[in-house]
Amino acid sequence: MTAALEIDGLGVQLGGRIVLTDVTLAVEPGEVVGVLGPNGAGKTTLLRAAIGLQARSAGVVRLGSRPLETLNERERAGLAAYLPQERRVAWNMPAWRIAALGAYDRAPVLAHALALEQLDALEIGDLAERGVLDMSGGERARVLLARLLVTRAPLLVADEPAAGLDPETQFLALMRLRERATAGAAVVVTLHDLTLAARFCDRVAVMDSGRIVAAGAPLGVLTPDLLAGVFALDGALVETEVGLVLAAQRVATKWAAP
Amino acid sequence: MRLILLLLGLLALALLVSIAFGETSLSAAQYAGAFAHPGSPAGEILFRIRAPRAVCAALVGAALGLSGAVMQGLLRNPLAEPGVLGVSGGAGFAAAVVIALGVAGVPGVVEVAALGGALVAGAIVAGLAARFREPETLILFGVAFAALGGALTALVFNLSPSPVTTAEVLSWLQGSVANRDWPDIGLALLPMGVGAALCAYSGVGLRMLTLGEESAALSGLPMARLRVAAIAGAALLTGASVALAGVIGFVGLAAPHLVRGSASDDPAATLAPSAIAGAILLALADLLARVIPTAEELRLGVVTALFGAPLFALIAWRAARSWRA
Repeated sequence: MTAALEIDGLGVQLGGRIVLTDVTLAVEPGEVVGVLGPNGAGKTTLLRAAIGLQARSAGVVRLGSRPLETLNERERAGLAAYLPQERRVAWNMPAWRIAALGAYDRAPVLAHALALEQLDALEIGDLAERGVLDMSGGERARVLLARLLVTRAPLLVADEPAAGLDPETQFLALMRLRERATAGAAVVVTLHDLTLAARFCDRVAVMDSGRIVAAGAPLGVLTPDLLAGVFALDGALVETEVGLVLAAQRVATKWAAP
Repeated sequence: MRLILLLLGLLALALLVSIAFGETSLSAAQYAGAFAHPGSPAGEILFRIRAPRAVCAALVGAALGLSGAVMQGLLRNPLAEPGVLGVSGGAGFAAAVVIALGVAGVPGVVEVAALGGALVAGAIVAGLAARFREPETLILFGVAFAALGGALTALVFNLSPSPVTTAEVLSWLQGSVANRDWPDIGLALLPMGVGAALCAYSGVGLRMLTLGEESAALSGLPMARLRVAAIAGAALLTGASVALAGVIGFVGLAAPHLVRGSASDDPAATLAPSAIAGAILLALADLLARVIPTAEELRLGVVTALFGAPLFALIAWRAARSWRA
């Protein structure tokens, strides 16, 4: 099967500073891949480089086995859709109109229907006519996620889709992305909540200082050693009745110790 | 659509009132006579003086309203207007230079200079916009441009050979549609039409920009082309309106605000209503300029600024309250 996204030997520099070094990652249709790591590890830069928003200093990126630089705007949009971390919306457009932007190239009636369908799926169908600037941050985040889900792209790249959502809605958002993967799409998300990552991701790639330091199934990757080394957490993923849960505390720092 | 029809109705009404009323009051018999004999004095007043003037005001208002809506959409800023990127400053400066050089007597020279100045400024802005995507950066360049345009125009005053020239430049900078005739309007129609078409083309991109530069860049739309179309369209409209009527402020700022709420805040759906609202505003402003009894007829730019400045403050007030993101 062709990978929806292939990143090979990717390097990125921002203002002379090395942000990503030799990152290699492939995402297949049908899987949800979580990109994890502490703040500043390079998660967002990786996603942006993967989709062509960030210039590379080294490496190759392919979308649907085609090199990124050979794609025009329309082709790229046909192969990948992106939800940025930034949730700013400029104008107070009704929620459904924002969500319908994911299907701007389709018949207006269909775009409207698709938008309502995804807003319903994220349980904000009743807010469809409300202006997005008259909403709470979490509601607006859901509208923008609905916009992502309205697109037909075979690769969905979502930067912190769970940020700013209440716990129940975090599950809902990731369930919807998971469903897209089940339906055949490839999904890449960055997450900070390791419990969510362990529950919803088929594979995780853990980043630290611009490198992928471990990748694979969550349980095998998020070991106590890795949690301590990368996240400065003393703990482990614990199997419970409802699934994996992260039980951990902050590693005592040398300043805290006597 | 209902909004557009409503606005068109209002525009027709505004034009009708503008043509019916003026400095000279006519009797019912004279109105009737004007229609029966367009060549009669009353007919001349209605069809050769008032009608072209009213149509001219409406056209200029439409151009400024559309251009303002495009600028606000492009820069995602409710305080943007046609002058914000220095386009009208460029047009004003070019026209001032031509007047100061004393070649304004040649028909069409000032108009062409104004259009040219707007296009040069527009080309510079488009070049910058291709390089710097962030609207904040563009606005900062625009502030610098507008200041430079103002300074250069002041320089023209400073160096101009005679007070007569100075008065001429000044009166032009204050904007007016007095004494415009049908041929003047005809000349402006081409650049305005092309500008409006470019703006209409860019509408889908302006709508997508609601999500920000990056989401728009990845939406599949040819954003680079749409941005250039938006800037070129706005520059053509602004240039043509400056060529036709001088520099007129605030219409381009106010018109989009008056209709935005009724157009679901959608930058693309705001374009046409904003153009019509601009036409209504300027037709009414020109009517005011004509009927307010003053020794010297009020300049159109002065009227729009007088009413526009408080409106600007009000808009800023409301915008500040609604900026929650």
